Amino acid sequence: MLENDEHKEEEKNLTESEIEVLLAEVEVIWDLIGNDSFCSYKVKTKTQQFCRNEYNITGLCNRSSCPLANSQYATVREEKGLCYLYMKVIERAAFPARMWEKVKLDRNYAKALEQIDENLIYWPRFIRHKCKQRLTKITQYLIRIRKLTLKRQRKLVLLSRKVERREKRREEKALIAAQLENAIEKELLDRLKQGTYGDIYNFPIHAFDKAMEKQEEETESEEEEDEEEPVTREFVADDGFEESDLSDFEDMNNLKGSSDEEEEAEEESSEEEESEEELEEEKTKAQSKGKAPLKGPIRKKRAYVEMEYEQETEPAQKSKAT
Amino acid sequence: MLYSDKRGKTKKVKRKVKPDEAPVQEMDQAEGEETEKKSVSGPCFPPTFSVSEIKNKQRRHAMFLKLKEEKRKQKLELKKKKKKERKALGDQAPPKEVPKTIENQRIYDETTVNPEDEEVAFDEGTDEFSAYFSRLTNPKVLITTSDRPRGRTVRFCEQLATVIPHAHVYYRRGLALKRVIPQCVSRGFTYVMVINEDRKVPNGLVLCHLPDGPTAHFKVSNVRLRKEMKRRGKDPTEHVPEVILNNFSTRLGHSIGRLFAALFPHDPQFVGRQVATFHNQRDFIFFRFHRYIFKNEKKVGIQELGPRFTLKLRSLQKGTFDSKFGEYEWVHKRHEMDSSRRKFHL
Repeated sequence: MLENDEHKEEEKNLTESEIEVLLAEVEVIWDLIGNDSFCSYKVKTKTQQFCRNEYNITGLCNRSSCPLANSQYATVREEKGLCYLYMKVIERAAFPARMWEKVKLDRNYAKALEQIDENLIYWPRFIRHKCKQRLTKITQYLIRIRKLTLKRQRKLVLLSRKVERREKRREEKALIAAQLENAIEKELLDRLKQGTYGDIYNFPIHAFDKAMEKQEEETESEEEEDEEEPVTREFVADDGFEESDLSDFEDMNNLKGSSDEEEEAEEESSEEEESEEELEEEKTKAQSKGKAPLKGPIRKKRAYVEMEYEQETEPAQKSKAT
Repeated sequence: MLYSDKRGKTKKVKRKVKPDEAPVQEMDQAEGEETEKKSVSGPCFPPTFSVSEIKNKQRRHAMFLKLKEEKRKQKLELKKKKKKERKALGDQAPPKEVPKTIENQRIYDETTVNPEDEEVAFDEGTDEFSAYFSRLTNPKVLITTSDRPRGRTVRFCEQLATVIPHAHVYYRRGLALKRVIPQCVSRGFTYVMVINEDRKVPNGLVLCHLPDGPTAHFKVSNVRLRKEMKRRGKDPTEHVPEVILNNFSTRLGHSIGRLFAALFPHDPQFVGRQVATFHNQRDFIFFRFHRYIFKNEKKVGIQELGPRFTLKLRSLQKGTFDSKFGEYEWVHKRHEMDSSRRKFHL
């Protein structure tokens, strides 16, 4: 091996013999780390060998691409969006601190190519070509980065496993506590009682009986005359309903009023969620609270009854099908 | 000697114990008497002794089971006693105690809405949904997803579109929401619903009310598509469904409830007998879609059609979607808001 003091003063001016010696050295290096030997930068895969050295120009482990085994070598590297040309010459082989010469390349692609050409003017074709290829690739990916940053960027939000587990369990418990089917059924039945469905469903008996009782109480307290015929009234629960008499209208209003008062007392909770629906009501508060305000006067009986029959058959069909 | 005492008290089937039992039993009785002198109740365990001190796992387990059974017996006796007392008192018995549930023990939220509150009524008359509730506008919903949705999310969107009337599904194709929103406004949409997807499964929902409305961001979980439902009915028809909103009690809950209500057109077609339910329980909003039929005036049968999913509110922002500069009305902050198990915000 050559001694250091010989090289300290005269860096650039090496004699031919010294150069030969250095080149021989380089051959030795390749023998040591090259094809089947061990190199710490080498990554072997089934078909190919890669070189992890940061100064490697192609990234493959070859005799011509190895920065350790070539005394004259050049690379293009990128730092923070700027490209630099790194050059290594044989004269500085003994000074690792100064071995790589760093030249800043122009941001303009064409000018940078020219700079490479002028810096590597008498260098082997391979290195020049590969440097330019590398510069091309780098500029392309820099452009792509700039484009992507302008577009929408996906933000990854971290999930905490503990929180996820906890929430999952709480959700299950909440589902059990909610008793959804019961709640929905209850709500629907309440709406039916209030009369939001109008006269679509004809289950009059129970409601009518209740209403009749209430009505009787009222009439006893009010002492009106024409409504003091409970027997026929009750009997007429269905029939009288079909006849569109004025007295029946009164009955209907009283009926609704009484049943609603009944329901108002019971349902304070449902008022809260349905309060927004109250805003849309034009009718009095005693009216139905559902989404569709009920039309007061009864429509023509005959047509309505027919509609009911139709509906009753429809659901039957549906239940058969399912 | 101590060891043998404790062994003698176990009831386990270990054969080793049996030959020892006879001589030990005398000691047992002596011990038992002693303990009875010490403590009034105790048949078995001296007070300074705890089950966890036994080193042998099997014995420890057996002792623990014994302990449990003791406790159970005591509890049963107590219950029987109480029942007797109740019977004895008859009508004068004190009312039955209501068991504590999380809903019972819920910490009272100051923002709970009183139904007659005028201020709330006034606010609701003038907020962003007033146009809907005074029947000036009809809902029109745009459903879309995040970029590149996978099969499940797409199907979920389609099913949602059948559930919500006047809903249109559009592919996202990498468009920015901030640009989508003005276009929607110009085309007369009232809602934009963006379903976010993660690993092929929908996990988030951004619901933005359009002209200037609030934007709500939910976490979606437990999505069940139609074909995964058991005993489901046929597909929902085009009829406008009814809406049920349950348990939205606070101010925040109210605004969210109105948000959901405004998704659906005003007049439900009762002919269709379909109902969409948003049920809030402990800050989880469960969505279900059913078809109902009244068997008689006391009984209704419901059959689930349609997708089901659970929502949890993450943030409510005033104005349309703007995650950076928007003004947040409510954000879920885990450390502040999840500190108590009995505190709920909706």
